[in-house]
Amino acid sequence: MEHLTIDIAHVLAGALVLTSFMLLYQDRLSGLINIYTLHAVVLSLSVAWQAYYQDAPHLYVTAAIAVIFKAVIIPFSLRRIIERLRIHRTVEVVGGVGVTMLIGIFLMALSLVVMLPATASADPLAREDIAFALAIVLLGLLMMVTRRNAVSQIIGFMSLENGLILAAAGANGMPLVVEISVAFSILIAFIVIGIFLFRIRERFDNVDLFELDRVRGGRS
Amino acid sequence: MSSDLFMVSNALIGIPAAAAIAVALEPEYRRSAIINVCASGATFLFALVLLIVEPESGGYLFVDDLNIVFIVLSTFIGFTTSVYSATYIDHEIETGRLTSANVRFYHAMYQALMCAMNLALLASNIGLMWVAVEVATLTTVLMVGIYRTPHALEAAWKYFILGSVGIALALFGTILVYMAAEPVLGHDAMVWKTLMQQASRFDPRMLNVAFVFLMLGYGTKVGLAPMHAWLPDAHAEGPTPISAVLSGLLLNVALYAVLRFKMLLTANAAAITPGPLMITLGLASLIMAAFMLYRRDDIKRLFAYSSIEHMGIIAFAFGMGGPLANFAGLLHMTMHSLTKSAIFFSVGHIAQAKGTQKIAEIRGLTQSQPALGWSLVAGVVAIIGLPPLGIFMSEFLVVSSTFARQPLLAIPLVFGLLLAFGALLLRLIGMAFGEPSRDAGEVKASMLPLYAHLSLVLLAGLYLPSHLVAWFQNVARLLG
Repeated sequence: MEHLTIDIAHVLAGALVLTSFMLLYQDRLSGLINIYTLHAVVLSLSVAWQAYYQDAPHLYVTAAIAVIFKAVIIPFSLRRIIERLRIHRTVEVVGGVGVTMLIGIFLMALSLVVMLPATASADPLAREDIAFALAIVLLGLLMMVTRRNAVSQIIGFMSLENGLILAAAGANGMPLVVEISVAFSILIAFIVIGIFLFRIRERFDNVDLFELDRVRGGRS
Repeated sequence: MSSDLFMVSNALIGIPAAAAIAVALEPEYRRSAIINVCASGATFLFALVLLIVEPESGGYLFVDDLNIVFIVLSTFIGFTTSVYSATYIDHEIETGRLTSANVRFYHAMYQALMCAMNLALLASNIGLMWVAVEVATLTTVLMVGIYRTPHALEAAWKYFILGSVGIALALFGTILVYMAAEPVLGHDAMVWKTLMQQASRFDPRMLNVAFVFLMLGYGTKVGLAPMHAWLPDAHAEGPTPISAVLSGLLLNVALYAVLRFKMLLTANAAAITPGPLMITLGLASLIMAAFMLYRRDDIKRLFAYSSIEHMGIIAFAFGMGGPLANFAGLLHMTMHSLTKSAIFFSVGHIAQAKGTQKIAEIRGLTQSQPALGWSLVAGVVAIIGLPPLGIFMSEFLVVSSTFARQPLLAIPLVFGLLLAFGALLLRLIGMAFGEPSRDAGEVKASMLPLYAHLSLVLLAGLYLPSHLVAWFQNVARLLG
């Protein structure tokens, strides 16, 4: 029974990593938003399972926030934004899909190599969860680096935050304050980004960050 | 006694929070500027009370010898900057660069920033501290983008993205610290006090990994190379009072977080020594910034790079560790905050008077605007470390303690210092002397905060009160 519980937790965390990989190669914005929704749903399942396993009811709240806020409200508003900005074009991937995926696999291996020996003394559930979480964080970073479009960068950042929530939920009995504030900070962060998007829309014809680069002119 | 203290530390958070709401509701910008000044002044007075009342802790806040230094410094600069900001904003409204709605928002964000910074410094819990640093970042992002020009938006966007990534890495590190401490401490594993007491029993391998993340994460906020890319843009494109606050305060708050975690690692004998990592990042920032100083054509960008340089020196000093280097680091941090915000005070008015931030178009300041020009000269003379000003003393201490312990490291350190010295002197001569360039308009400058900062720096260079020295020595011992 003990093994089964841990296995389920690992399957869910692994699924989250897989979804991160899907985000890496998805090249259409609407598709990207759909996969992000899936990412949020898997995250909430994973957190809910942790809540059950650790017998920590406050984690159900975190799971609920993940579903309501990240799987419903954010995808909905992002769709509104890309409609309003009329950007249904494909997303360019710098460096090509193959190379990006290879780097992604390398990052995954790196996080396992770094985290597993370092956390040898932690309990087995948290141990592999934190390694997966690091992989998700690094994949999110990779996505932010390879994409030029503001919306896909935001999605990269939010997938990174999901990895952090996974880590926080996996850490046995981490106080509630932290999780709620993390969720709350994401909300604030999102509002900020939203404001930015609209302001950028006022000044530029699209939200492509190449536009921002052009503005820089000769400055280094 | 402890309830007194509890009230005081709550006031440090509560006054700015209440003032933020008050200015948000106040449509008239002159009145909101007055509220801004009064609230910052009151916060500073309460911070001074902490010096008298015996520090004791309770709840989510705590006070010890280390964070009092930071709190007094940051509330003082917060207060002087709010005085400066009042005249600066007046001018921006008159020239139409900001509307009164912008200013209302700006003042609310200013107080929110003060609240978040005090919370970050006072928090007794590593999670709460992280939340406060995140809120402080978000408020400054909004203020940097306030002019809404393409350049300002680009700067704010870059700051936001890099800042968030840094903060995300710091949270990961925070979670790892909790996981390392949890087997020993149970659910109390996020409280500084218990963490420090039990640090020797934590799993060192996990602490090592955690520190790498914390150093990179909070280091981004400190502006250490190679994670510094946001800093020059954010300084150059935002309103100048915010440049002063960023350099004078926010970088210090992030540094405070790094120092706390450094103390945690030092307390665990089996963990890596955090010093070398800080020394490397510090030296890299110093030398990179010193070279970059030569190629700047924007006056605010120039001094932003100088901030990176000095944060590098400070990180280097704390990385060296030991009573003398830590003392030098603390002194240098204090002097740099005072001097750099004074420089930004004068630079802000200079840019308003000349109508440009281009260094090439600013000439002969000592003739056209004697008061501003000579204060800029004084500020730059202080920041490049000429005697008898305070920074000379702190830099001298850093260099001499390095010579005594690691003579080889002193070579790149001195090289970087001399490089920066030359660059800033070169630019200063061009701007301050020679045939004056054309003025764009009259500026009603507020010189009081500037004079206050510069005279404190001069005073510290001539004579450090023995009480202050004893206090800094005590903190330096704490830092290990």
